[in-house]
Amino acid sequence: MGHDAQETDAAAAVDFKEVQSTEQFQELRTRHRSFVFPLSIAFLLWYFAYVLLADYAVGFMSIKVWGNITVGLILGLLQFVSTFAITGWYVSYSNRKLDPIASEIRQEIEGHEFDKHGNPVGGTAK
Amino acid sequence: MTLMVPAVNVADLKDTTLLNMGIFALFVAITMVIVIRASRNNKTAADYYAAGRSFTGPQNGTAIAGDYLSAASFLGITGAIAINGYDGFMYSIGFLVAWLVALLLVAELLRNTGKFTMADVLSFRLKQRPVRIAAAISTLAVCFFYLLAQMAGAGSLISLLLGISDWGGQALVIIVVGALMIMYVLIGGMKGTTWVQIIKAMLLIAGAAVMTFWVLAIYGFNLSDLLGGAVETSGNPNLLNPGLQYGKTETSKVDFLSLGLALVLGTAALPHVLMRFYTVPTAKEARKSVVWSIWLIGIFYLFTLVLGYGAAALVGADTIKAAPGGVNSAAPLLAFHLGGPLLLGFISAVAFATILAVVAGLTITAAASFAHDIYASVIAKGKADAATEVKVARRTVVVIGLLAIAGGIFANGQNVAFLVALAFAVAASANLPTILYSLFWRRFTTQGALWSMYGGLSAAIILIALSPVVSGAKTSMIPGANFAIFPLSNPGIVSIPLAFFLGWLGTVLDKRKEDATKQAEMEVRSLTGVGAEKATNH
Repeated sequence: MGHDAQETDAAAAVDFKEVQSTEQFQELRTRHRSFVFPLSIAFLLWYFAYVLLADYAVGFMSIKVWGNITVGLILGLLQFVSTFAITGWYVSYSNRKLDPIASEIRQEIEGHEFDKHGNPVGGTAK
Repeated sequence: MTLMVPAVNVADLKDTTLLNMGIFALFVAITMVIVIRASRNNKTAADYYAAGRSFTGPQNGTAIAGDYLSAASFLGITGAIAINGYDGFMYSIGFLVAWLVALLLVAELLRNTGKFTMADVLSFRLKQRPVRIAAAISTLAVCFFYLLAQMAGAGSLISLLLGISDWGGQALVIIVVGALMIMYVLIGGMKGTTWVQIIKAMLLIAGAAVMTFWVLAIYGFNLSDLLGGAVETSGNPNLLNPGLQYGKTETSKVDFLSLGLALVLGTAALPHVLMRFYTVPTAKEARKSVVWSIWLIGIFYLFTLVLGYGAAALVGADTIKAAPGGVNSAAPLLAFHLGGPLLLGFISAVAFATILAVVAGLTITAAASFAHDIYASVIAKGKADAATEVKVARRTVVVIGLLAIAGGIFANGQNVAFLVALAFAVAASANLPTILYSLFWRRFTTQGALWSMYGGLSAAIILIALSPVVSGAKTSMIPGANFAIFPLSNPGIVSIPLAFFLGWLGTVLDKRKEDATKQAEMEVRSLTGVGAEKATNH
């Protein structure tokens, strides 16, 4: 059986368990998870709070703030704002904190630093 | 209705049929030329399924927006807001916020781990055959429901736009749309399809932007006045408040919550959206494409708010409901009111193109899944060469196209929004738990994946079959019968948590442990992109 998809790539001979156990990779994993997990929980809570308000707090959502603009409309538009803001925040976080370390690990793997038998396997870089 | 609102005479629409068809034919001709040009160097499987991974982030982001903004988004949401006011706005918000799940948790990791299909990722570190088959079955199920919705949407749109109201005429139009779609996919593969999506997304967003600007201009760019106009025309001040559609009973309130859950969790599990992430060369481009699509989709959904209330104010809910095509006719009627036959012709051509493009995207996803996951990996046991696999994919396109045409003819006249929400609920139940578990939970096992996928898929479909959508209500698919023992029209609130629970239970009860080396490989690949990125020069 095996994974037919990636047969010919540069990473065929890599000892992935060794890569996984390096401090550098653990740092990347921690940085990734400690950012995306709390943020995902936060936006889901905010979204469901909004859905529940629209569902069970109709009176509150119908309060007119300015002209015909209601609390519900403002909260709905704020969902758009928060979505755009989280998107921007994630991109800037990835560019600063994730991409540099990820590409460092990638280059080390491609430079055969983690090969199983210590000798370079596969073609050299093109 | 007040005298201020000039009535839209639906009968006038018939005079514009020729113009509509002319604009539509022009669109088909232009895109066909592009598809043929784009397909000149379709040689390998990567070319056919993943467009040779040659698209840039912004191009792919626009194509994702094209895939995502289906007829249900444009016609469905505008109509829902025009008739049900604030409750329709919920669709816009759910459909948009859902993209954060895709951006933060799924897109890049998936791009780094897979090759062509969703099953590539799900079966990466689990037992290949059973997981691949399960993933392919759920892919086909989700695509089929989504396809039905689009084809049914085509049918009801025709009745309004081309003035064809008899069943046979509409069936003929569905056959024409289906045949066109098969041609695009056969000739163009993923590259041709992606170009159609890009063109269509730009036309759709531009058309919606013009109409939004126009509506706002009528009300002096004052949103409050527009809302006031909508209330005045409808004579119902509750149009601006939540609950008009879902606030009636305690059951319908739970239904609203269920819909909200399915919407926000469905997007990141839609196979045709996931497959788009493979058309870009790197994870960074995958991220860029999601960012582009979030902006485009978000801005478009802001337009739908104006268009929906604009249709409520300028056309009026009564006229919309009485028109052929019903709720779905709000956006075209608004276009006719604003810009006469020319704008209507443009908007209807765009709506047609939307259906055509979305159907093409769905078809290629389903065909890739069948050819790559079931044929190449299971039937031919990995011994099929790429050329045979592509041949199988092309034949599958024809079969799926014919099924969609048949299904569309029978689903014609049925509720489009229901079918799309069903596809979202099925996707969130069958796919999302396994996607998240296999990316983030080290201990996850094959048994957990199978329990979650089959459990979630069957729970979602069975609950829908037993819901008032299928039987027991005036608006049901089978109005005569009544076997609706499940009270909610959207199964998400039951089937999604159940699928997460089954994935957990199947794993903790599994005595088998999965290969730790494969888990390490998947984790390293998903986070670093090694092997999936172009080799760096050093």
